[in-house]
Amino acid sequence: MPETLPVTEPYRDARQQHEAAMMGMYIFLGSEIMLFGGIFSVAAALRLAHSPEIIQASHALHFGIGGMNTAVLLTSSLFVALGVEAGRGGKANAAAGWVTAAAVLGLCFLAVKAYEYRLEFSEGLLPVPGVQSRYVTGVQHLFMDLYLVATALHALHLTIGVVLLATLAVQTARGAIPVPERAIVLITAGLYWHLVDVVWVFLYPVFYLAR
Amino acid sequence: MSETATERVSYLRAGHSLKSWLLTTDHKRIAILYVLSITFFFFVGAIAAALIRLDLLTPAGDLLTNDGYNRAFTIHGVVMVWFFLIPSIPNTFGNFLLPLMIGARDLAFPKLNLLSWYIYMIAGLFTVFVLIAGGVDTGWTFYTPLSTMYANGNVILAASAVFIVGFSSILTGLNFIVTVHKLRCPGMTWGRLPLFVWSIYATSLVLVLATPVLSITLVLISLERLFGLGIFNPALGGDPLLYQHLFWFYSHPAVYIMVLPALGVISELVAAGARKPIFGYQFVAASSVAIAALGFFVWGHHMFVSGQSAYASAAFSFLSIAVAIPSGIKVYNWTATLFKGHISLDPPFLFAMAFIGLFVFGGLTGLMLAMLAIDVHVHDTYFVIAHFHYIMVGGTVSAFFGALHYWWPKIVGRMYSIVWGRLAAIFIFLGFNLTFFPQFLLGYLGMPRRYHVYPPEFQVLNVFSSVGATLLGAAYLMPFIYFIHSLRYGAPAGDNPWGATGLEWTTPSPPPKHNFDSVPLVDRPPYDYEVEMEGDNA
Repeated sequence: MPETLPVTEPYRDARQQHEAAMMGMYIFLGSEIMLFGGIFSVAAALRLAHSPEIIQASHALHFGIGGMNTAVLLTSSLFVALGVEAGRGGKANAAAGWVTAAAVLGLCFLAVKAYEYRLEFSEGLLPVPGVQSRYVTGVQHLFMDLYLVATALHALHLTIGVVLLATLAVQTARGAIPVPERAIVLITAGLYWHLVDVVWVFLYPVFYLAR
Repeated sequence: MSETATERVSYLRAGHSLKSWLLTTDHKRIAILYVLSITFFFFVGAIAAALIRLDLLTPAGDLLTNDGYNRAFTIHGVVMVWFFLIPSIPNTFGNFLLPLMIGARDLAFPKLNLLSWYIYMIAGLFTVFVLIAGGVDTGWTFYTPLSTMYANGNVILAASAVFIVGFSSILTGLNFIVTVHKLRCPGMTWGRLPLFVWSIYATSLVLVLATPVLSITLVLISLERLFGLGIFNPALGGDPLLYQHLFWFYSHPAVYIMVLPALGVISELVAAGARKPIFGYQFVAASSVAIAALGFFVWGHHMFVSGQSAYASAAFSFLSIAVAIPSGIKVYNWTATLFKGHISLDPPFLFAMAFIGLFVFGGLTGLMLAMLAIDVHVHDTYFVIAHFHYIMVGGTVSAFFGALHYWWPKIVGRMYSIVWGRLAAIFIFLGFNLTFFPQFLLGYLGMPRRYHVYPPEFQVLNVFSSVGATLLGAAYLMPFIYFIHSLRYGAPAGDNPWGATGLEWTTPSPPPKHNFDSVPLVDRPPYDYEVEMEGDNA
């Protein structure tokens, strides 16, 4: 690591500091996987208990919209990876540009998701009090509830990611995060973004496709 | 300011303003912040316990209403589990000692460490608010459908408190793991790590991997209570047992979060108390990791009578019994370490002896509970209560006091009264047994947990238990008094009052802010107590 900045308190050298930051982020992502793991195990348990009704319920979801959003997110991950590479190469403006593009795609995902929720709301599929629901069965109600919780939790993570990437893009462009010396900030933020993508890559088939 | 001028100033004197404490990133000061805050919550939980024991003095349940009793045992459980036991040893002694023991200047992420304390305090304020708002009546387990449909207490507030404190657990665990991996000083190989570090490391793995599952489960029950989500509601096709699976997937490993650090403390105390190298170092170290790993696969033993499949019960029973192997390795190796040792009877080592006895008793009754047939008989009785209090209170709290008596001279630089320390250890041991041994008998005779009106024939044993609790409570206050006394009047402790090995004893007492003047170099195995006498390691 060609790191010229002073090493902060507990570390002896820059390499040690870099390794600790990477490891800290990987462990954090491990705990995130366990968080979503709880949701996935609930989804698995419900499917085992009510397979035919769940399959029927999943037909109500708009898998085309979800598919488009999958493409949007995967592209954003590519942009983050390019931004990280630019940062490691010391190209601050290119890094800021790619990271901004990824954050914009994240916003696109959220906008499409909001549109999709609106569509489902108008179809009477979301569990909103005071709205006439059109569930065929109790299990469909249950499935849509779990879908809403899972995708909303994912959207919350993505929102945090968008804010994170946007902040880092501004700081990188301004030189507040000098690259390549502090590229580790971009690398760890990028890892978080990729994980949020990977979670979607599992949510999409579990709710939309496995029918 | 010059480096030499500040070199020997202890961490306690490195700044006197409130700000220098509340915004500190020094792991030792953060440990002190935790000691003060968990002591407060220990008192909160203890007051609830006192109400419970007072109420159980008579079979009629005269003191509290039914609802008041439910709220008392719930707050006792919630506060003691999440605000005392889980952070007790890791966040105080782990914070203070981990960097010192591995020759580091601080934890890997000092700011994150401070953030973790603030999160803990915010969660604590939530808990205090739950108390002020009238409490919660579900028990610490928040079982559905009681918690989601019927309970009339502040379930969501209490769940929020536990949800928030989870972030503190995760961040602390993450910090410890990275510190152990990346900040060991030269020569501090994995095979030379103090056993306390091994146990904190194993605990941290569980903290990071189990806590998020509880977090999402608490979110689900809160949403179910607020919006009728249905995941645990059979009317919509949901499953209340699914809640129990998710809850115990966290909460059984959480038992090991509570006891593993205690096992690490005892390994340190036994070696120092016997003045011998620990017997079978590798096995004791590996058994911590084995307990942590096995702990993830035994949750179903809480559900033997919930109607899960008999095959699942058999598998969970077998795996639960398997936990006895690494636990047994520890106890046998401590015993072998004590064998022919020059055993000191100073207070920390008395606590260690008490721990071993109580842990064996708690562990053996745990084996009984892991048996399918016995569990049917004693499930949800005082037998279970007595079992886990032997592990959690007899075990973890004894180890906490042992650690406090052992490292107190290092932490504050002064000695406390050895005589009073010995008396406290003996009274805590006696008070504990008088409180909880009768509960084994009560449970075996059929007294259920969580009832405050009981048949009169159980009264004698309940009175024994309540008298014991009074003795135990008084004994817990003794260290409180002589420790505060020692702060001002205690004799200076010196760097290494117990003549122990370990890097933490090579620093001044109390240690300077930066821990070590120069990066230490380790060239010896751990616990090399006999090296100087026999010269077998040149």
